[in-house]
Amino acid sequence: MKVLTEKGIYRLLMIIALSAIAMLLLIVLFILKEGLPFIFITGIRDFLLSSEWKPAAGKFGIFPMLVGSLWVTLGAMIVGVPLGLAGAVFISEFIPRWAMKIIKPTIELLAGIPSVVYGFIGVMVLAPLIRDYFGGPGLSIAAGAIILGIMILPTILSISIDSIKAVPNSYREGAFALGATHWQTIHMVVIPAARSGIVAGIILGLGRAIGETMAVIMVVGNAVKLPGSAFDSVRTLTANIALEMGYATGKHREALFATGVVLLVIIMVLNYFAASAIKRGVKK
Amino acid sequence: MRTKILIRTFFIIIVLIVMISGCGRRKQSITVAGSTAFQPFAEKLADQYMQIYPDAYITIQGGGSAVGIQSALSGAAQIGMADLVTLPEEAKALCSVIVARDGIAVIVNLKNQVNNLTSSQIREIYNGKIDNWKDVGGKDHPITVISREEGSGTRSSFESIIKNVSLTNNAIIQDSNGTVRETVVNDINTIGYISHGLVNDKIKPVLVNGIASTEEEIIKGRYALVRPIFFLTKETPKEKIKDFIDYILSKPGQETIKQNGLIPAK
Repeated sequence: MKVLTEKGIYRLLMIIALSAIAMLLLIVLFILKEGLPFIFITGIRDFLLSSEWKPAAGKFGIFPMLVGSLWVTLGAMIVGVPLGLAGAVFISEFIPRWAMKIIKPTIELLAGIPSVVYGFIGVMVLAPLIRDYFGGPGLSIAAGAIILGIMILPTILSISIDSIKAVPNSYREGAFALGATHWQTIHMVVIPAARSGIVAGIILGLGRAIGETMAVIMVVGNAVKLPGSAFDSVRTLTANIALEMGYATGKHREALFATGVVLLVIIMVLNYFAASAIKRGVKK
Repeated sequence: MRTKILIRTFFIIIVLIVMISGCGRRKQSITVAGSTAFQPFAEKLADQYMQIYPDAYITIQGGGSAVGIQSALSGAAQIGMADLVTLPEEAKALCSVIVARDGIAVIVNLKNQVNNLTSSQIREIYNGKIDNWKDVGGKDHPITVISREEGSGTRSSFESIIKNVSLTNNAIIQDSNGTVRETVVNDINTIGYISHGLVNDKIKPVLVNGIASTEEEIIKGRYALVRPIFFLTKETPKEKIKDFIDYILSKPGQETIKQNGLIPAK
């Protein structure tokens, strides 16, 4: 029965670990290979800052999509961060441990809902509400921001809860001993101490918001234009790729891969910041 | 011990499944790919065909009209499906057969009072020159234009029939006939266009130049927004491929097309 010896297991695990890294590398290389030549031929400035996206006429400017992604993500942060942070503080500081053990997994279940379902709710419930109360088409930045804000809640919440829980109790005891109230302890001692974890959670949420595709396609309307208000329709970078990839050939296809390169760079930079935020926390 | 045996049996079963599915009996198979508008009809027709000729095996794939042309050219599929009014330059080398026709209905919300639009009004609306329903006989509401993504066969047919459309950048883009319809159901200010076969009673198709998008008018050739559905093959179809195309063009095949909301080829 001794087929799997120590050495065998070691090799097996190494192969599995390396193949995971190799896959990541291959994906990155493939996207760069398909997308980079296009960016250099068109010129980075023309590609990033031109606002005309007319593939049929050979015009590829992703500025409206960059702005769209930016606004939708920013909106998602405005919705998601206060909710996530307040929820994390409440769950980790104010309620007993047994209740937390029920509530936290429940919130994490939110992450398990498929994004089409979020999109569907956005289209059927949220968009009509926005249209009735604020005008415009309803399928808008605001709808996207609210849906994404809810989608990133579990990420922000669970990482923030973990880092708040990781603050040693002696900090709290010290603060109480100095006569601080519960709230003073939280916002002057606990949150600053847990800051790097909270920031990491927010950045990971940000990455998820930028990368989300399905739900966003369904609720933002996908118009290629610079938005005038939060109730205008926009198209995000991810939506641009997903909408058109099925049909695209030739230059158009390269342009979509180039859009992918831009997304990849944005998300890598964000992940780098998240990782360094976590590292800083560990060093302390 | 028991778990080990379980895991082992599990692996063996998986390997067996992979092997069986890999070396199934090789029937002569035909792959049909392309137009998502015709895909459901092609699936139905293929099912019927395979029931009559059990040794034929037909796979239907979607992907869009552009994919249909590409895969017929490259040989990835024996038959490419395309629902375009005019086939692009690269498709000229292929053999094409019109297997059905499909009307494109211009649809508005049920509460919208507008019943008739001319093609030039539709063009102005999609160009963004007309942006209020009162200019075309409706209430004083802004028009929300809904179109399809770049590369959709429905969109390119729509734009080439209406002519000179340079889509307003306020247009909302939806990625299927179904989502266009849902958006129009939900929003009173919208205008969209979908395949005639998918019109239901939750939305209102408007008359185009005074002609309704009914089957009757389309067959008479009076309704303007009609596109053919092409089957494209690399060479003149023969043997199994010819049989299948012949079946679609035969009476029972065309009857199936008609029952499901499309317009027969002849």
